[in-house]
Amino acid sequence: MTALLSVAALTAGYRPDLPIINGISLTISAGELVTIIGPNGAGKSTLIKAIAGLLPITDGTVTLGHQSLVGLSPHLMSGFGMAYVPQSDNIFATLTVDENLRLGALPLPRSQARAQISAAYDRFPDLVRFRKAKAGNLSGGQRQMLAVARALLTGPQLIMLDEPSAGLAPKMVEEVFGHLVTLVRGGVAVLMVEQNAKAAMRISDRTYVLAEGRNRLDGPSDRLLEDPEVARIYLGQAGGKH
Amino acid sequence: MLQALADGLLTGAIYALGAIGLTLTMGILRFANFAHAEMMTWGAYMALGVLTAFGLPTAPLGPLTFGWPLLLATVVACALTVALALLIDWLVFRRMRDRVGHLTLVFASFGIALLIRNVVHLIFGGRATYYTTELQIAVRVLPDLRIMPDQVFTLSLAVVLVIAVHQFLQRTPLGLSMRAVSENPSLAVINGVSLARVVRWTWIVGGALAAVAGVLYGVAVQLRPELGFHLLLPLFAAVILGGVGNVVGAVVGGVLIGLIESFSVLVIPAGYKLAIPFLVLLVVLYLKPTGLFGGTSGGR
Repeated sequence: MTALLSVAALTAGYRPDLPIINGISLTISAGELVTIIGPNGAGKSTLIKAIAGLLPITDGTVTLGHQSLVGLSPHLMSGFGMAYVPQSDNIFATLTVDENLRLGALPLPRSQARAQISAAYDRFPDLVRFRKAKAGNLSGGQRQMLAVARALLTGPQLIMLDEPSAGLAPKMVEEVFGHLVTLVRGGVAVLMVEQNAKAAMRISDRTYVLAEGRNRLDGPSDRLLEDPEVARIYLGQAGGKH
Repeated sequence: MLQALADGLLTGAIYALGAIGLTLTMGILRFANFAHAEMMTWGAYMALGVLTAFGLPTAPLGPLTFGWPLLLATVVACALTVALALLIDWLVFRRMRDRVGHLTLVFASFGIALLIRNVVHLIFGGRATYYTTELQIAVRVLPDLRIMPDQVFTLSLAVVLVIAVHQFLQRTPLGLSMRAVSENPSLAVINGVSLARVVRWTWIVGGALAAVAGVLYGVAVQLRPELGFHLLLPLFAAVILGGVGNVVGAVVGGVLIGLIESFSVLVIPAGYKLAIPFLVLLVVLYLKPTGLFGGTSGGR
């Protein structure tokens, strides 16, 4: 399968002279769900922030399709088919649910934006009754739904999520993950960073294990779930969630 | 009592126009721009400069003390103030934005404020002046209330502009982007919002409103190079009272500061009136630092 996103030997951090990730490589294809796991401080969030253009890249390449993303302003990423949902503060609390969606659809022509917003409400019907409510009043699960709904408005080929299950009740985690699986079945590539490692690996095709800013292991998730090395690197060290 | 109410509303309306620009800058650009009040001075004097340079007639419009030329000069002053704001951003703030802390930007704005005030002083001199020498008689509206036609015009224009800005922020895609950046710039950016465009429009809206507020202050009171310096405290008090980054808050804050100032002279000597915004500022910061309407993230 041809890779949709290719990251090769990526070095990045909050400051160019202080890299947090060193030479990380990964690929993801269309219709694939890939999880990135690793102990705290492994550089998981830094990696997807760097891919999204939010952090300076000092070395390596990031290619989406045939387009190099290195040095591109993050506000142009959605135009190239990439969406990113941060871990926290991923909705505009002072805007209404409708305004949050309108904002996500701003890069689209007006008629297409209306159709996409309507499709978002069809996909996440729970949001319909809150459309005029301030998004800050939504529950954790509803916020996550809104964040995903907004990220999907521009019809991305790739959606990256930073810990989509953080702070959610188990039932809600199941619901959010269910939506991600549906997206993947529709041909979207989903790349997510998760602390909730086992739950995420159970629904993903492949997993990358990072530690200390470097690739440590990768492979099919079902195989890595049984690999004692993963437990040693991640679950053991981090005492993480199962 | 009624007279104090009318006077307070008039002053408050001018404060509100200045405070909108200041609150937008503080909310979106995330620093307290001490040069904002000086942009009011710049705008007021640019209108005077246009009137003088082109020798425009000052024939009054109906019962007002000024005519179409001042309105035309105000439009030119808005453009010149926006140009100044964009130039300052390009020369100073843009280069510092992502590299230095907020306090450095604040101190830079102090320097720019001094520069603008002294440039105005250099060009126009330090003496108080007026747009027109026309005299105006206050009209007795009620037994205890006299209002001048200029005041009615000022208040009406302020109301129209406040409504226009509010509609712009609530109903247009650009307004939505500005509100989003005010709350969470990095989230706005990953949603496809161009930060550079929002910053540019913040200066455009803020600069134009500062110019109008400056001209209206010049019409209502007089023109002095220290005009902006004297408005600095009431403007900051209005913004903080309403909640930094909150446009409705800035309007309500501005009107309230104007009213409190106006009513204060009923109980304290008029000379202490200027200290009132400072007192309000202290009380708000002590009791409710986020302001009456709550600020955006940029303000916190």
